Formats: sequence, structure tokens, C-alpha cells
Amino acid sequence: MDYAAIVVLEILYMIAFLALISAGLAIVFGMMRVINLAHGEFVMVGGYATIAAAKAGINVYFAMLVISPIVVGVIGLIVERVIVRFLYGRMIDIMLATWGLGLLLTGIVTLIFGNTPVSVATPIPGYQVGHYQMGGYNLFVIAVAVVLMCSMWFALRYTRVGLVARGAMQGREVISALGYNPSTIYMLTFTVGAALSGLAGGVMAPLTGLLPSIGGAYIAKAFITVITGGAAVIAGTVTTAVVFGAVDQIVSFASTPVLGEIAMLVLALVLLRLMPQGVTGQFFRNST
Amino acid sequence: MTGAGFGIGRVRWNWLVAAAVLLAALPLVYETYTPTLLAIWALFALSLALMWGYAGILSFGHAAYFGLGAYAYAIASFNVGESTVPLLLAIIVPAVVAAIIGALMFYGRISDVYLGVMTLVVTLILNRFMNATAGDAYRIGNARLGGFNGIPAFPTLNVPGDPSMQVFGTAYYFVVIVCLIGAYLICRWILASSFGRILIGIRENELRMELLGYNVPAYKTAIFTVSGAMAGLAGCLFANWAEIVTPSVFSLGQTAEVLIWVIVGGLGTLIGPIIAAVVLGMLKLALGTQTLIDNSLVLGAILILVVLLIPRGFAPTFAAWRRRLAQVQVHRRQARGTRRRRVALQEANQ
Repeated sequence: MDYAAIVVLEILYMIAFLALISAGLAIVFGMMRVINLAHGEFVMVGGYATIAAAKAGINVYFAMLVISPIVVGVIGLIVERVIVRFLYGRMIDIMLATWGLGLLLTGIVTLIFGNTPVSVATPIPGYQVGHYQMGGYNLFVIAVAVVLMCSMWFALRYTRVGLVARGAMQGREVISALGYNPSTIYMLTFTVGAALSGLAGGVMAPLTGLLPSIGGAYIAKAFITVITGGAAVIAGTVTTAVVFGAVDQIVSFASTPVLGEIAMLVLALVLLRLMPQGVTGQFFRNST
Repeated sequence: MTGAGFGIGRVRWNWLVAAAVLLAALPLVYETYTPTLLAIWALFALSLALMWGYAGILSFGHAAYFGLGAYAYAIASFNVGESTVPLLLAIIVPAVVAAIIGALMFYGRISDVYLGVMTLVVTLILNRFMNATAGDAYRIGNARLGGFNGIPAFPTLNVPGDPSMQVFGTAYYFVVIVCLIGAYLICRWILASSFGRILIGIRENELRMELLGYNVPAYKTAIFTVSGAMAGLAGCLFANWAEIVTPSVFSLGQTAEVLIWVIVGGLGTLIGPIIAAVVLGMLKLALGTQTLIDNSLVLGAILILVVLLIPRGFAPTFAAWRRRLAQVQVHRRQARGTRRRRVALQEANQ
């Protein structure tokens, strides 16, 4: 019984983790049809921002929920203005340029923080489930992911900003027809996406510890979650996060974590082959 | 300037012979350890340049075939004990895997971006799997896969039929150079054949080729296989050079590097990526000797700048400059002629 509870909690945590690290990428991909391959590095920079701020004596929650999103958001804004905006409509070139950006960010962080692992203490102590010790912070991650997904859904569905954002998904002309400047909207979208990546990095930092090269670990999972999810930002991300999270953890418990990850990747290949437009291209067509 | 005969088309034989002579003379003045590695990287870049530059298929996971070639060789050489069969396997195994994955993708008619994801994911799976194969449970015949530490000390390349005659040092350098030039000629031959022309047609307009009645997925799968085989050969040569195979051959860094070489060298050329691989390879090795500036910082900056400023890469941009320069001269000559005529006309009118 305890064991079942543990498995369920771990599955929930994995789902929350996937949803959290994919949110920023999903927004940018969903609205701009742009794949940001520097996403993993944005998450990594968010983590470093949190750790640096926490080391400087700032409250760790304030650091991860406010400082990290702002730092990475500003980076995203600069990147959009300096690099990405010249490449709209050239999808492969954007992927290449942002990949280069990812390498660049890795290099810069290595220069500043060195190539050694850094970490910050988990701010929530563990608790007991029967004989098992569980990380209390995992519950916080789950809560953040739930709040984030719900507020994103609410914002997209019921606010003026959300209306414009959903217009942006239809294309440039729709934004213009709504009376907005597409260039500004894209700039803001990219900034918000980057800020969400920063948030994810900040929230995950106490759990994972950080290395400059950790972005690579995030990008693959976020990438397959978003792409397999398809065009609908929230429904797609949540659906695939649930499927992948469950598969990963169930296989991990049955065998080893590495096999769990491999199972997730293989499943992504199969799903992409069966549904080239993503899950939401096949089901939930009219969702957000 | 087309080459004479041999059905290979646009080979500039005088340049090729000059390059071959230079490369052959190199060991006289310089030790061959580093040039061997650079030539292997050039071969790897060539494999992607053929597929991406001419068929328009961008693989974000070309390191998969490079690594498969390296691992296939290492595992087979432990089991066979000599190097001819392993060398062939190092080409066949990546080719078969590429054929299967290519067929899966191209017959599924997935778009560019999804193709990028799938190729990347394949590489990641191999990387994760090989990292997790530590311990005695993971062995193929006599070869232990060794997980993170990889497979060391396998029998390296030997003279065919005589396992005691190992090929190393300068002799190995010549083997690699012959492979590189051979691969280059094969690429040229492919591009000059109708197969190559159909590939270029697919790159330019896939729908049109399909409506003309060509089986587009079959052609794409075929070039994906050829490219995979070539990358496998490069991986095998790399394994013999390094004398160890580790999961880092499947790393994202490896994939990123080959992409950067090709795009910096230029899409739609073969010599551009080869030169870029050598130059950027030397840069990488030079950066590796100091700790002030990180290697990935420089690579990243180069990739961003090239995509933004010269998205076609150096070789085509360079060729365009030369053409424009020639055109400017022609224009100038024409303009001078017109002016002279105009002046003459005015004088006649007066």
C-alpha cells in the first residue's frame, strides 16, 4: 500500500516535472511555430540565477519564483531582438541559431561558475510514507506545475491577452486584424516563454543541482513533450506529460531509471510516427 | 570546368590531384597524429554535407551513425580478432540502422522539424543506453560494452589477412586520406548520376518530384542510408585513431559540431564542409589547450553569426562574391563601351 502511494507520488512528480520544463517551450512553439533549442540552457540559467541569489542571502522562494523568471525573461527579450526576429519563417535556421545560442550560454556559464556542480539545500524537509522517506519538495514542484498550468489555461481562455495569444497561433494576419503589431506580440511571447523556462529552472534547481551542461538533459524531454503534444499548448503539453511521465516512472520502477527514460524516448518516436501532427492534431482538436 | 570522363562529372581533377599530393607530402614535414583526426572529421562532415546540402535532409542526430560505426567496429574486432570484417560491419550496421530509421520517417512523410526531433531522439537513446551498459551483464560475445568508460584496447586496423601487421602512425594517416578522397569521389559520382539529380530536385521541390512520378521516400531513404554508412566509416576510423570508444561519440556535442562544420562550410558544396571541418577542428584543438575561453562558447558564437550573416555558408558566399566581382568587371567594360558610343554619338550630332 505504501509502495503504491510512493509510485503514484513519483508518477505525479514526473508529470509535474515534464509539464513545468515544457511550458516555456510550448508557449513559444505553439504561438510562433518557433523551436527554441536553447530552451534547456534557459532552464539552466534560471537554475543558476536562483542558486546565485540564494547564496547572496535572498529568500530562496523569492529567488526561484521572481528573480529567475525575470533574469531569463530579460535574456529572452534580448535574444528575440538580436537573433530570432531576423529568422521568422525560417524554422531550420531558428533551430540552428538557437542551438548555437545554447552552446554560447553553456560556455558563458562555464566561464562564470566553473565546470563543477553547484547546489542549494532543499527548503522543505522530507516526510515519511510508511517505511519510505519522501522528498517534501516534490510536492511543492507538483503544486507549482498545477498552478502554472491552471493559470495558463485560464489566461488563454478568458482574458484579452489570451485572446490575442490564441490569435497569434492562427497566424500573423490574425494579430494584425485584432489591431496589434505582430512583431511586438512575438517579442512578448518569446519573453514570456523564456521567463517560464527560468521559473522551471529555478524551481528544479534545489532538486537536481546544476552543471553548465545540464541543459541537454532538459531539452530532450521538453522537446518531445511539446512536439508530441502538437499545436494546442495546454492540452497537448498536459496530455503528453501525463503519458510520458507515467511510462517513464512505471518502467523505472519495474527496471532501472535509464530504461524508463529510454522507454519514454522510444514511445515518443512511435507517437510521432503515428501522429505526425502531434497528439492534439489527432485528438482534442478544439482545445487550448 | 568539367572533368574528363569517368562519369563523375564536376570534379576539378587538377585541384584534386594537387590536394592529394599535398596531403601525401604532409607526413614529410609534420607529425600525422592530428591531421589524421582532422581528416576523419572531414569525412564525417562530408557524410552530412551530402545529405543536407544536396537532398535537403537535416539530421540533428548524425552522431548516431558515427557512434554506431565506432561501436560496431570495436565490438566486432574483439569477436573476430582481425579488422577486415569489423571494418565492413562498421559500414553495414550504421547503414542498416539508417535505412530502417529513414524508412520509418520518410514513408511516414513527417515534416522537417519532426524529422529533426526524431533523429535527435535516436541519438539520445543510444547515448543513454550506452552510458548504462556498465557491468558484465552487457556484453556482445567477447566485448564488454563498459558503460560510461566505453570499450578500450580493442584490436586496431591491420593489413587485410594478417592480424599481426597493425596499421598505425603514418600508414594509418594514408588509409584515412584514401578513405576521404574515395568518399569525396563517391559523393561526386552520386551527384552526377541521375540519382543525385533527382535528390537535388527533391531538395528544390518535393511535391513537383512526386508529381513527376518519382518515389520520393525511397530516394530519401537511400541517401539517408548512404550518408549513414559514410558517417559509420568515419566513426570506425575515429575508433581506430582514439583506440577507445566511449558513449561520448553519441553526445549532443558531437552532433552539434558536425552540423556547425557543414553550415559554416556551406550547403550545397562538398569541399566547403571539408575545409570547415579541418579549420574549425584545428580551432577546437587549439581552444582545448587553454582554459580561458570555453570551446562551446566559441562554437556557439560561430553558429549564431553564420546563420544570421551568411546563412549559405562560406563556400557558396565566396563563390557568389567571385561571380559578382566578375560581373562588375563585365558591367564596367560594358558601361565604358556605352559611354564611348554615347560620346561618339554626341560628337556626330554636333
